[in-house]
Amino acid sequence: MRIIGFVAFLVIAAFLLVVPAGMRPFGEPRLWEMDRYFLEHAQEELAANNVCTAIVFDYRGYDTLGEATVLFTAVVAVAAILRRLKEKEIEGGEPPHV
Amino acid sequence: MIANFPYVVAILLMIFGLYAALFRRNLIKIAIGITLMESGVNLFLVSLGYRRGGIAPIYTLAPEAGERMVLPTPQALTLTSIVIGLATTAVLLALIVVIYRHYGTLDADKINKLRG
Amino acid sequence: MSKLVRTIGWLLYGPIIIFGFYIIMHGHITPGGGFQGGAVVASGFALLIVAYGAKGAGLKERLFSVVESGGALIFVGLAFLGLGATFFYNFLAAGGGVIFNEFVPQGPNPGDLNTAGTLPLMNWAVGLKVLAGLGSIVLLLALFPQEEGE
Repeated sequence: MRIIGFVAFLVIAAFLLVVPAGMRPFGEPRLWEMDRYFLEHAQEELAANNVCTAIVFDYRGYDTLGEATVLFTAVVAVAAILRRLKEKEIEGGEPPHV
Repeated sequence: MIANFPYVVAILLMIFGLYAALFRRNLIKIAIGITLMESGVNLFLVSLGYRRGGIAPIYTLAPEAGERMVLPTPQALTLTSIVIGLATTAVLLALIVVIYRHYGTLDADKINKLRG
Repeated sequence: MSKLVRTIGWLLYGPIIIFGFYIIMHGHITPGGGFQGGAVVASGFALLIVAYGAKGAGLKERLFSVVESGGALIFVGLAFLGLGATFFYNFLAAGGGVIFNEFVPQGPNPGDLNTAGTLPLMNWAVGLKVLAGLGSIVLLLALFPQEEGE
């Protein structure tokens, strides 16, 4: 079982290492019409000097909304995981059963 | 191949993280491996948007006009990816704390036996 | 922790918080923004917890909860306020509103804090949300093992 896992890991690693040989050279992206639009129009449309902030909060605001939701869910999940056991222990006085 | 060396570095980081996540028994080390994989993916994403000789996409006191700026969209999306990875790591660590409290060990195999 | 750690933590706590809020405030003209500044402020909270312990740090979990919900509500509310045009429309930028409405020249410029419309407000909202979220995560993880001994 462990041998099979190791062989699968080697295959995945080999696949991942072969990929960069077929990619375009580093530092020469070709398709960047969208980024060129952002770089040229962020100052006149949003009056923002920081183009990254303009993208995060305006052009792609939906991404940030979803990400804020993920962070909120994570905080709620951590609170739920760590809180439930504590209250049960205080109530029952016996070790909790997970 | 040598021109793509930064991609190879990011992928090596991902492979190390995958190895740690698959073949380590300690739960904390598995969490470290998953975090390493996230770092590799983020590095790969950022390096996809680099232009040779580029400057940061910020116009405040920039050395010259916007023709040589790197692509801003991969950077913005990497920011999103970093925060999501942080949230995942927080939940992972909370679960590990609860597991250690319940079983008294961090060894994944021992926990499998104890679960019974 | 020892007295040395407590003293240095007490000394560094203020500068770290101020630096984080500076990063949040200048998010639209310099590198940084809401997430990064919030993470810096949360690292200040973590330093306080390490130095003084989870109980002695004086951080209120209820306050974190209120601040995080408030940040999220301000963020979504600002997005809804642009609904005259589209969701997430920047209705304050470039002469559209009463604050943060200055124009910027094309190309490199020294930078002006009073620009970029809703971007600074959203930076503040997200910054408050992230600092409260990360702070409450650190506080919950630090508070948890202490209940065992009681």
